[in-house]
Amino acid sequence: MIKVLVQVEDFDAGAEVAQLRSTASGAIVQFVGVMRDNNQGDTVASMHLEHYPGMTESSIERIVVEASERWSLLGCTVIHRVGTVLPGEQIVLVAVSAAHRHAAFQACEFVMDYLKTQAPFWKKEQLHNGESRWVDARESDDRAAARW
Amino acid sequence: MIKVLFFAKLRETLGTSDLDIDYAGTVAGLKAQLSTRNDCWAEQFAQENLLCAINQQVAADESPVSKGDEVAFFPPVTGG
Repeated sequence: MIKVLVQVEDFDAGAEVAQLRSTASGAIVQFVGVMRDNNQGDTVASMHLEHYPGMTESSIERIVVEASERWSLLGCTVIHRVGTVLPGEQIVLVAVSAAHRHAAFQACEFVMDYLKTQAPFWKKEQLHNGESRWVDARESDDRAAARW
Repeated sequence: MIKVLFFAKLRETLGTSDLDIDYAGTVAGLKAQLSTRNDCWAEQFAQENLLCAINQQVAADESPVSKGDEVAFFPPVTGG
């Protein structure tokens, strides 16, 4: 059971996790990415997330399918917000259910690492001083994805 | 005709989100053609880390572009 959503609205992580629960799922791992109010020493007032409608959804689906080929999964839900996000708000949810925790932990991290380096999203920060800037891709994210 | 899309910082720098043009060839050839528009476009399409997708699938410089394709150019992704 794969669910992928790209949406402007916030999401209810608890409700999503509840949907993944079943009598067969012994383990559910969830990751929630939250917007920080600082980056590279600057205070960030808000962030705008842009995506490529169609390609973004299909690339996330492809990543989840790859995860389900590597580990035995019972379900995976990915929700990624776009548009304006404020500090403290949720940006992304990756929730994975499996019979056992090892697969759920590994698959959740795999999906997140791949999403960060392959799914077409771009962040633009609005700083407190009025400036705005596009966030640069990080080498550490490439390294995280390369280890799989 | 092909549709060419630009995203994020690239879209802002070029000042346009999409173009409809007559083109058939490779991605590299399309970049070369777009680079002739002016110095700004030439600088953007010379960037080594620029990514490309054809019909929403990741493509490379040597990938073929043909009539009716949707070709997108964008910077490295920063989601999550």
